[in-house]
Amino acid sequence: MNIHEYQGKSILKSFGVAIQEGIVAESPELAVKAAKELQQLTGTQWWVVKAQIHAGGRGKGGGVKLAKSLDEVKEKATDIIGMQLVTPQTGAQGKKVHKVLIAQDVYYPGASPTKEFYMSVLLNRQTGKNIIMYSTEGGMDIEAVAEKTPERIFKEEIDPKVGLQSFQSRKIAFNLGLSGEAFKQMIRFVTSLYKAYDSIDASLFEINPVLKTSDDKILAVDAKVNFDDNGLFRHPDYAALRDKSEEDPTEVEASEHDLNYVKLDGNVGCMVNGAGLAMATMDIIKLAGGEPANFLDVGGTANAARVEQAFRIILKDKNVKAILVNIFGGIVRCDRVAQGIVDAYNNIGAIPVPIIVRLQGTNAVEAKKIIDASGLKVSSAILLKEAADLVNEVLSK
Amino acid sequence: MSVLVNKNSKVIVQGFTGSEGTFHATQMIEYGTNVVGGVTPGKGGTTHLDKPVFNTVAQAVKEAGANVSIVFVPPAFAADAIMEAAEAGIALVVAITEGIPVKDMIMVKEYLRDKGTRLIGPNCPGIITAGECKVGIMPGFVFKPGKIGIVSKSGTLTYEAADQVVKAGMGISTAIGIGGDPIIGTTTKEAVELFMNDPGTEGIVMIGEIGGSLEAEAARWIKMNPRKPVVGFIAGQTAPPGRRMGHAGAIVGGADDTAAAKMKIMRECGILVCESPAVIGSTMAEALKSVKVN
Repeated sequence: MNIHEYQGKSILKSFGVAIQEGIVAESPELAVKAAKELQQLTGTQWWVVKAQIHAGGRGKGGGVKLAKSLDEVKEKATDIIGMQLVTPQTGAQGKKVHKVLIAQDVYYPGASPTKEFYMSVLLNRQTGKNIIMYSTEGGMDIEAVAEKTPERIFKEEIDPKVGLQSFQSRKIAFNLGLSGEAFKQMIRFVTSLYKAYDSIDASLFEINPVLKTSDDKILAVDAKVNFDDNGLFRHPDYAALRDKSEEDPTEVEASEHDLNYVKLDGNVGCMVNGAGLAMATMDIIKLAGGEPANFLDVGGTANAARVEQAFRIILKDKNVKAILVNIFGGIVRCDRVAQGIVDAYNNIGAIPVPIIVRLQGTNAVEAKKIIDASGLKVSSAILLKEAADLVNEVLSK
Repeated sequence: MSVLVNKNSKVIVQGFTGSEGTFHATQMIEYGTNVVGGVTPGKGGTTHLDKPVFNTVAQAVKEAGANVSIVFVPPAFAADAIMEAAEAGIALVVAITEGIPVKDMIMVKEYLRDKGTRLIGPNCPGIITAGECKVGIMPGFVFKPGKIGIVSKSGTLTYEAADQVVKAGMGISTAIGIGGDPIIGTTTKEAVELFMNDPGTEGIVMIGEIGGSLEAEAARWIKMNPRKPVVGFIAGQTAPPGRRMGHAGAIVGGADDTAAAKMKIMRECGILVCESPAVIGSTMAEALKSVKVN
């Protein structure tokens, strides 16, 4: 699960991580009120108006603006709230901005120059241990840094038996070239950041940039906080932070019916049991000359009700020109699934696109008979190869 | 011959009396698996499916001689169940449970490091030695005995591959579903190594998916140990980056874990890579023919 910057920062702060302070606002008027309040709290002279959407690269799309007066706060907030923000991560249609974070200006001049770093916490799948990944090159795309100057990216692995040790935090601060007060602040920053990660069942923290201010404070200026969905049952407070308006409405509806659905941009919908076979079915569609319109795993119990719901969800996508149903019946009997498909078809009535049903496994032959005898506009197959050929045939019509 | 489980394996079911445990234990017994009992804390001393129920795994080991365990315990308690089995000296633990938090699996992985226990899974269909022993939830009838070993991250795609292998005139020695989570017990490379060393396995089907580096790791090992033909498939050639495709581990994070990148490494290491999942069986049949000709 993904959350907004302002929510992530608030969680980090609760674990003692120093952050760029801010107040969230849903209208230009509230943005001005937030700016005044923030000035009283922090003494900031300028403000940063930051669009709150679940996607990175907001600055590039015009979703982050500096305001040097309260009038400018109002003006920038008016521009940003309600805009369709397009960033490298949103896709061409962008995401609508409902809220802005009014944040303090932390790049003020002072005794020493400011410096931006990069820091993330994540799982190293190869070793099964968490790592802190960090770099002297902050504020930019980390993939670009990894490509051009990999020597500037460091990794510190955490031993699960003992957790993060002080020598590791010191190593990180030294590698980032810090000394004096900033060095001490960085140790505190790293320690509390990892404590937060370990406590909340996170799956990714990405703080880009981590800022050393001109008066040697270390602050999280942005915060990408992702949760391990499997761990959310332990954290009902955090689970409540889910913002469904940031997700595809059809995907939200599918998840309410326990269907695992991901919308894609293609023209052939698919309904499959099992995640691996679902991905393989998408690949088959592509090889047959189509483009997959979705990923959809109906799970182990492909009964009539679920099949019907899955059809309804796939058909919401107007780009869908054909649907491929691919079920490998193991413990689930194919003839029952076939009957479920026929029932679902009749219940929905007049499905406007051709359907190709491939049922293999237990009672596959009986299942094919049921489909073929139904008189519906459904082609049936048993072998995966036959299904692929049928997709190709339908698309070339 | 086979790997890890056979007709002599003595299997217990953790979470025996729950609905999942009951259903699949029944299926396993029907297949011929030697299920010697189960564990449900608090129900020790009773019987279920005509088999003894134990309070602890240690008791099941002591009294029934169990050496393999299958875990159907709910996600919040599954890590504990796996560690209990390891502590009791169970040689092979198969964790079917889906949805175990990564944080718990980090602890499990660490806990198992100095134990003599192999973990398969979690979030997997289990392991089956055709005609002898099924420790999992796969449809047993698909797996006809033969000489092809299968290792796969996915459940239904394993059944698909086994079905194609059988229809192409071959059969299965052992099939291992290693699971699609970010942290798993037995890796692709470890499973391939077991098959390479098994005299009863003549060819290996290796099925992976986007995310992680298990397939690349296995491919590099195969390049150094090219003793049997390996047919490979990677699911998710059309998956967009950054979107999780069902399995928690099936997400493209960087340039190295796309399907295309994995297929390229596998080809370079001598694996016969299938573009389409429909040709896994026929590709293996061809590969075995050319081995016999040589």
